[in-house]
Amino acid sequence: MNAAHQHQGGISAMRLRGLMRKEFLQILRDPSSIAIAFVLPVILLLLFGYGVSLDAKHVPVALVVDEPGAATASFTGSFRHLPYFDPVLLPDMHSAEIAMREGRVQAIVHLRSDFGRKLYQPGGTPVQIIVNGVNANTGRLILGYGSGIWINWLHQYAQLNHIHLPASVQVEQRVWFNSELRSRNYLVPGLIAVIMTLIGALLTALVVAREWERGTMEALMATPVTMNEIIIGKMAPYFVLGSGGMLISVGMAVWLFNVPLRGSIWLLFGVAALFLLVALGMGLLISTLARNQFVASQIALIVTFLPAFLLSGFIFEISSMPQVVQVITHIIPARYFVALLQTLFMAGDIWSVIWPNALALAVMALIFLALVRRISRKRLD
Amino acid sequence: MIASLSAAWRRIVALVGKEFLALLKDKKSRFVLIGPPIIQLLVFGYAATFDLNHVPYALYNEDGGAVSRQLAARFAGAPLFDLISTIRRDAEIRPLIDDRQARLIVHISPQFSRDLALGKPAPVQLIVDGRNSNSALIVLNYASSIVQQFNADRLQRSGMGGPPVHLEVRAWFNPNLQSRWFLIPGIAGLITLIVTMLVTALSVAREREQGTFDQLLVTPLRPVEILLGKALPGFIIGMFEATVIIALAVFWFDIPLLGSLVTLYTGLALFLLSAIGVGLMISSLAVTQQQGFLGAFLFMVPAVILSGFATPIENMPEAVQYITLIDPLRYFVVILRDVFLEGTPFHLLIPQFWPLALIGTISLSIAGWLFRHRMY
Repeated sequence: MNAAHQHQGGISAMRLRGLMRKEFLQILRDPSSIAIAFVLPVILLLLFGYGVSLDAKHVPVALVVDEPGAATASFTGSFRHLPYFDPVLLPDMHSAEIAMREGRVQAIVHLRSDFGRKLYQPGGTPVQIIVNGVNANTGRLILGYGSGIWINWLHQYAQLNHIHLPASVQVEQRVWFNSELRSRNYLVPGLIAVIMTLIGALLTALVVAREWERGTMEALMATPVTMNEIIIGKMAPYFVLGSGGMLISVGMAVWLFNVPLRGSIWLLFGVAALFLLVALGMGLLISTLARNQFVASQIALIVTFLPAFLLSGFIFEISSMPQVVQVITHIIPARYFVALLQTLFMAGDIWSVIWPNALALAVMALIFLALVRRISRKRLD
Repeated sequence: MIASLSAAWRRIVALVGKEFLALLKDKKSRFVLIGPPIIQLLVFGYAATFDLNHVPYALYNEDGGAVSRQLAARFAGAPLFDLISTIRRDAEIRPLIDDRQARLIVHISPQFSRDLALGKPAPVQLIVDGRNSNSALIVLNYASSIVQQFNADRLQRSGMGGPPVHLEVRAWFNPNLQSRWFLIPGIAGLITLIVTMLVTALSVAREREQGTFDQLLVTPLRPVEILLGKALPGFIIGMFEATVIIALAVFWFDIPLLGSLVTLYTGLALFLLSAIGVGLMISSLAVTQQQGFLGAFLFMVPAVILSGFATPIENMPEAVQYITLIDPLRYFVVILRDVFLEGTPFHLLIPQFWPLALIGTISLSIAGWLFRHRMY
C-alpha cells in the first residue's frame, strides 16, 4: 500500500470494524459517554420541561381600594377566579409599595377614593395598574391580562346598569398551532435542539484530543488505517449513541410533556440524523484543532451551550435581534434545528420550512467533516 | 508562628504562580479565557430580548368601508407592525402563516361596517402564529390594545365621553418594559459562571490524569494551601472579567446601575467563592478530564436554566423551585438585577448573600477533603 493511496483515504471494512470495536470498548469502559447519551437528556428534559415556562400564572397582585363600595367590589371581584392572578387586598398604597419592593407582589391595582362617584360622571374614573417592570416580559403579560379583565368588566357593568355603549369592535383571536398558548409546546422542541447540541459536542469534543494527548494517535498512525477510517471509526459509534439520546428526548416530549407531534416521525428522525452529523462534526473539529483536552473542553464549553441557548431562536426570537446578530445566528447549527423541530412538532410537514433548514444543516455537516478531513493528516507536527 | 505563616504564604504564592502559568502559557487557552467572554456579552446582550419589533403582518380587509379603513390605518401606523401584504382570498392566509412570512393576520369581515352602523358589535379576527407562544401572546396583547384604543376613540367622538373606567398603566424600575434591562445583568452572571468553571473545573482533574497531583500532595503544601492556590486564580480571573463585563453593561448597553458598587462586589465575591467551590469539587471528584468536563456541564446547564435568568422561578413547579435553592447563580442573578435596576440596599440582599457564602464554604471544604481522600 503506497503513501499516496493512504492519503486519498481508501476504506477497508475490516480495518473500520476494528477501529469501531476499539472505540466501542473505550465507551464501555468509561461509562461517562453512555451517561452523556442516555442519562443527560432525561435529566435535562425533566428539569427543563418542568422548570422552564414563560406563562404568567398565579402572579401575586396587590389590590388597593381607597374607599370600598359596590362598584369597587365588582371590579376587584373580577381579578379572582382567574388562573393568572393571586390577588391580595392591602390597606393602602404605602404597604403595597413596600410589598412590591420586597418582591411579595408583582403588580398593584389601585382604585382611588373617588372610584364610585366619578364612575357616573363624564370623563369617568381611572384605574391604576402598576407592574414591576424588572422582568419586562412578565410585566407585559400582566398588563395584557389586566386590560382584558378591564374590558370584560366594562361590558358587564354596562349591561347590568343599562348603559348604552356604542357598538364596538371586538377582537376574535385565533392562535394557530398552539391554541392554548402553552409555552411548553414551543420550549420543549427547542430544548431538544439545545440538548442534542450538547450531547454531540460532549461526545466527540475530547475523543481525538485525548488520543493526541496520550500519544495513542501516533500509535494509530503507525498502523495501515487511513484518516477516513479513523474519522468514520470515531463518528459511527457516537452517532449510534446520539441517536439513542434523540429517541429518548422525542419520546419524553410526546408522552411526558404532551407536545403534539403533527409532522411525520420519519422526517423528524431524518433531520435529527442530519443535525447529529453536524453536532458530532463540530465536536470532532474542536478536538482535532485543539489536540489537547483542556483547550478542547474550554472551546466546547464556550461555542456550544450558550450560543445554542441564546442564539438559536429556542427562547429569544431571532427576528427581534439586530441585523448583525441575525447574521451571526446563521453559523449556529442549532438555529436550523430549532426551526425544524418547532415546525415539525407543532405545525406539521411544511416543506417551505423544511427544505431550506435541512439544506443548511447538510451544508454545515459537509463543511465540518471536510474541515476535519483537511486538518487531520497522517503526520506528526 | 509568623515565620510559618509567611512560609505558608510563600508556598501559596508559588502555587498560584504555577496555576496562572498552566492557564495562560498556552496561546489557545489564553485566548479562550479572555476573548470569548467579552464577545459573548456583546453578541448575547443584543440577542437576548423578549421585545418584538417589525412584526410582519398581513391585512385581509373584506369590508372596505370607511370605518374598516380607519381601523386598518391604526395597524399600519403602529410602530411594532410591518405590513407585508394585503390578502384578497381566504386561501392566501395559510401559506403566509405556515412560512412564517406573517406572524399576524388582521381579518375584517364583509359585514363589519354594516354591523357597526346597526349598533351591533363587529368582530375583527386576529390570527397569530402560535409556534412561539410568548411572541404570540405579546402580538395579541398589542393588537388588542390597538383595537381597544380605536374603540375608546370612537366612543369619545360619539359624544358619550369615553368609557366610565379607563386604565392608567405604569411600570416601575423599567418604565419602557425593555427586556434587555432585565436580561443583560443575568447574562453578566452567566458569563462570570462560565469563566470560573473554565478555570477551576478541570484544574485538579488534569493534574490527576497527568499524575502531577500526587507530586503536589507529597510537597510540604498542606491541603488548605493547595485549595487556596487552586481557588485564587479563579477568583482573580473571575473578578477581572466580571469587572469588564459590568463596565460593558453600564457604558455600552446603558443599563442603569442604581445601587452601590460595594453591594455589587460583595455579591460578586461571594458568588465567585461558591462557583469556584463547586468547580473545584467537580474537579477533585473527577478522575479524568472528560469526567471533569462532563461534571462541569452537568452543573452548569441546569444552573443557567434554573437561575431564573430567562424564565421566572415562580413559574416552576414547587419541587423544581426547591432545587433552585442550591443554585448559586440564582442568588447572583437576583443580586445583579436588584442592585442594577432597583438600587436595593445592602441589608435587603443579605438573604441572597448568606446562601452563597454557605454553598461556597461547604463546597470548598468538600473539595479540600477530597484532595487527600480520593486517591487513585
